[in-house]
Amino acid sequence: MVINLGPQHPSTHGVLRVVLELDGEIVVDAKPDIGFLHRGIEKLAEHRTYHQIIILTDRLDYLSALSNNLAYVLAVEKLLDIEIPKRSHYIRVALVELQRIASHLFWLGTHAHDLGAMTPLFYTLRERETIMDIFETITGSRLTPGFMRIGGVAADLDSAAVRQIRSFVDGFAKRVDEYEMLLTENPIWQSRTKGVGILSMDECINLGISGPLLRASGCSWDIRKSTPYSSYDEFDFDVPVGAAGDVYDRYHVRIKEMRQSALIVCQALEGLPEGPWLAHDPGAVLPDKNDVGSDVYALIHHFNLIIEGMKPPTGEVYHSIESPRGELGFYIVSDGRTKPFRLKVRPPSFVNLQSLVKMVRGKILSDAIACISTIDIVLAEVDR
Amino acid sequence: MDIELLRNDLGHYILQTEEFSNEVTLTIDRESLMPVCRFLKNDERFAFDFLSDCCGVDRFPKVPRFWVVYHIYSIAKNHRLRIKVALDEHDATIDSIVTVWESADWHERECYDMFGITFREHPNLKRILLPDDFNGFPLRKEFPLKGL
Repeated sequence: MVINLGPQHPSTHGVLRVVLELDGEIVVDAKPDIGFLHRGIEKLAEHRTYHQIIILTDRLDYLSALSNNLAYVLAVEKLLDIEIPKRSHYIRVALVELQRIASHLFWLGTHAHDLGAMTPLFYTLRERETIMDIFETITGSRLTPGFMRIGGVAADLDSAAVRQIRSFVDGFAKRVDEYEMLLTENPIWQSRTKGVGILSMDECINLGISGPLLRASGCSWDIRKSTPYSSYDEFDFDVPVGAAGDVYDRYHVRIKEMRQSALIVCQALEGLPEGPWLAHDPGAVLPDKNDVGSDVYALIHHFNLIIEGMKPPTGEVYHSIESPRGELGFYIVSDGRTKPFRLKVRPPSFVNLQSLVKMVRGKILSDAIACISTIDIVLAEVDR
Repeated sequence: MDIELLRNDLGHYILQTEEFSNEVTLTIDRESLMPVCRFLKNDERFAFDFLSDCCGVDRFPKVPRFWVVYHIYSIAKNHRLRIKVALDEHDATIDSIVTVWESADWHERECYDMFGITFREHPNLKRILLPDDFNGFPLRKEFPLKGL
């Protein structure tokens, strides 16, 4: 029998349609059908200036918008070859690690909910809401902050925001203990997740899978460690690794990652250097908005960059970061004009979703639900 | 990564090597794509086991019109390489590398979907993001931003 799972189905996490061929309760074949949310962001980017594209990147993976911002601005900064102040690196790291926690929390809640555990969703959304409040205080927006700028960040982190973040991360380890109390040793949870959706390390690498999925299969590749960007080499953290490569291990890896992220945020706040949070480069970096009203040179730079845009050198760069879902990369081809000649997003969700067919073939239908949610897809990023 | 080593071993395939912003780009012919990919994946000194990305670029009005760009990475050696193949507008066909890196499957389908580049011996070369009855290839430069 052939059935449609989605596109409107709560456990497909968005508009994903999976055409399942069933023999009784056994999945014989699965065909993911994607593209329902395709907005042509890569095409749009070819018609926007480099500064305007930051807003588009928010709309890719909306559960970790700041990670998308970061990957994009790092790629542009690589193209321009500019150094940015250390304080902005630290602010960026603190924000994207908070974003990683928020993203994993949302995943954990919905994943548990898909498998029949109702309670964790309320717990995880409670903490995620606190992070959203922090983002709203700092950036003015909850889901689509658009906060990173080419050359730094849009605003400084004031002491009130630092206090708010600190009070959250200080109590966070206890909160994770609560989630673990609900799930880790829970026999129902274990029977639904252990031995389900197994992928070996070689399979993962061959399929291009990155992030927690790959690490749960035993490979410790994390771009924050292998190619440290944004001063990640100055922070002390572990990369959690699983062994079995099943749904349970992926849960465990993400739980441990949240704890590590909280540690990184603590370190970033403690070591937050004084100084500017935006590079001074009138040819490429927008000036501080406060100066635009009082300093005529800042006003001229602002005007030129908005009306005309900045002109990077001709060339091409690829830069990738470790987003909550895996390797998120931006490939930019510049022909020296104010708009990118070509911009390609390497979305981790899109590549990771390819593994679904391997995971569910020959397994029972209820495991397919567990497999879809364990990948942690965001359809806005898959479809772009 | 040692570029000299690359030039030594793959010299007869390489049309051009470029370095920009610490990234190495290798330009090759489409006929050499399969042997070069197999070599880079299987040779222990390079060990490119991970295909990060594969995408098309429309260079209109330049000739040849298209590039297919592969970004490969080695998890063990921690190095990256970009491979570029130029394709003519009237014969935008290239070998599929699904047999080398399985992850190329969807990337190549997307490239076909957006640029109309055909991948020979791809197991399932159909549109992936756009509906099957869609006309045109949106990431080609002549495709209007507002749509058709």
